[in-house]
Amino acid sequence: MKASPAAHDGKALFWELREGVIELALRREPCNEIGSLSLDELERFADAFEGLQREAHALIIYSDLKAGFCAGADLRELYQRSQAMDKAEALKGVRDFLERIHRVLNLIDAAPLTTIAAVHGVTFGGGFELALACDLIISDKMARFCFPELRLGLIPGFGGIPRLKRDLGNAVVRDLLLTGRSFNATKAQQIGLVSQVVAEGEALRAARATAAQLGKFDLDTAAAAKRFIKPIPHEELRQEIDLFCELFSRPAVEAGLKKFVESTEAQPYLP
Amino acid sequence: MKANDMTAADHTLDEILNLASVHFKVPREKLNPDDDFFKALGIDSLQTLELLTRLEHHFHIELPDYELQGVTDFRTLAGKIQARM
Repeated sequence: MKASPAAHDGKALFWELREGVIELALRREPCNEIGSLSLDELERFADAFEGLQREAHALIIYSDLKAGFCAGADLRELYQRSQAMDKAEALKGVRDFLERIHRVLNLIDAAPLTTIAAVHGVTFGGGFELALACDLIISDKMARFCFPELRLGLIPGFGGIPRLKRDLGNAVVRDLLLTGRSFNATKAQQIGLVSQVVAEGEALRAARATAAQLGKFDLDTAAAAKRFIKPIPHEELRQEIDLFCELFSRPAVEAGLKKFVESTEAQPYLP
Repeated sequence: MKANDMTAADHTLDEILNLASVHFKVPREKLNPDDDFFKALGIDSLQTLELLTRLEHHFHIELPDYELQGVTDFRTLAGKIQARM
């Protein structure tokens, strides 16, 4: 049986089990970019999660940082690592990273307990994809959602497209993906992505209140309902990794990453 | 008709300046319509997104961020917002 520490106080993540609710906080400056450090800790969480689930009815994922929930993959690390190795090695490294993050997000997606992303501020790229793996998204009114990957010559790689397709209409998915525009919490609720929009600074409190409500129900029934309504799109998730790797090997991506990393523009996040 | 349009545009501009002043804690009298708002407010890219979100909520509009590409002054920003109202 795997160890399941009820609490973890790391550099990128903090988690604890409290009154049947697992709280997972993201806290890597500047905005929880997901690189090797965050992935290592997410994998530790995934290993502990299987044990923690037996004592919990809900998981809340939130950010401890003011800037936002998560700005997505650590593009600087991705660029620097890919520069330090040949193309075949870099591609292998990317595929390995994607396989690992998919394993974590698939575990969260398929968890028998109910999962809640409590988001605020920047919820971009891989951060958006982390939120999409959860059953419910509770959003601070100042949250902003975006898939900016096309500006780099890429698609979202942490399962975003298959999960969006599962949850929303295809036209909405195309809008988000192809324009790369960001949109606010009100819009996110209008299109059915966000279940609750709350005042600034209130997302975690609202998530805790929701988690307390979930604790009143029979866990097996809730798990059965979730299995019935929320299939994991495994085949499309595999295809997404393949397509991402195919796109990543093109020179345009290296140029896009270089431009982003070296950008001094005031609006590097804007598509 | 043109006078009405101007009034509406001026009103929008005034609201933007007030909102920016309050949220980014810059005295209103230090903000001018043709100021570069990045410099005037001292904001970075993430705070620019915050400004965009506040403006969308305030004016009840949706303003795609690619429409802000190249927009640096309050007056042009007001024009973009007016076009969405």
